[in-house]
Amino acid sequence: MIKARVTVTLKNGVLDPQGKAIEGALGSLGFEGVGQVRQGKVFDLEIDSSDKARAEADLKDMCEKLLANTVIENYTISIA
Amino acid sequence: MKSAVVQLPGLNRDRDMIAALTKISGTPPITVWQTETEIPDVDLVVIPGGFSYGDYLRCGAIAARMPVMQAIREKAEQGVKVIGVCNGFQILVESGLLPGALMRNASLKFVCREVKLEVANATTAFTQTYEKGQIIRCPVAHHDGNYFADPETLKTIEDKGQVVFRYAEGTNPNGSINDIAGIVNEKGNVLGMMPHPENLIESAHGGTDGRGLFASALNVIAA
Repeated sequence: MIKARVTVTLKNGVLDPQGKAIEGALGSLGFEGVGQVRQGKVFDLEIDSSDKARAEADLKDMCEKLLANTVIENYTISIA
Repeated sequence: MKSAVVQLPGLNRDRDMIAALTKISGTPPITVWQTETEIPDVDLVVIPGGFSYGDYLRCGAIAARMPVMQAIREKAEQGVKVIGVCNGFQILVESGLLPGALMRNASLKFVCREVKLEVANATTAFTQTYEKGQIIRCPVAHHDGNYFADPETLKTIEDKGQVVFRYAEGTNPNGSINDIAGIVNEKGNVLGMMPHPENLIESAHGGTDGRGLFASALNVIAA
């Protein structure tokens, strides 16, 4: 069993109104010095295989085809 | 002119779309379920609005990977006209049939109101009944209609006249870049738009500004 984590984040230059709202809320809670907040997504996947190279190639394919919208998002894959 | 309306779980504007197409063309559209791999011989395919797959992952993301989308892609390549309204527009950008992406409204709020649209290109198959620069009324109802494209893509669609509708008179409800409300693909046979023209086609709706879009797409332009 391979455990993997995919992190999807907005590309630089793509406006993130949700991140902005969170940033404002942190400020109103009294947290000072919070520069910029960007919201993303995390996917934890279990893959029934022991072939890490194959899993990594499949995960990349999954990101390109579904998990990320590469018009606006970047992704990183980490395998435990 | 024969038309088809695509149905997916979570879409809820399909009935409005079926009613509009029936009233304007005189013939009810064929309905096509998401698992279909072939679409009957029609001149127009419409993906209506709603919340397919509960907007999970990203609006339209899951719907865009359903079998029916491959059939729509083939139809689009053959030159068949395709319209995606609201969630239908989101599905078209997620499937790559239209460029760019639709993001959360800048206000972070769901907007349900009437806006003004400027017809930015009156030469498309969908806008024959309008004049360039004409301002029409149209309802919107969405949470994720904030159109985004990278600078290069934006320049391309602007230069090639692919922007068909823009929010006008300060009514941009979602923060869309360049006030973009609707675009076509490069070939001009696939239209995506966030506003709902199917909800302004008869006097009972309080106006008929949306009727011309379907009349144009269905080639039933009254003399």
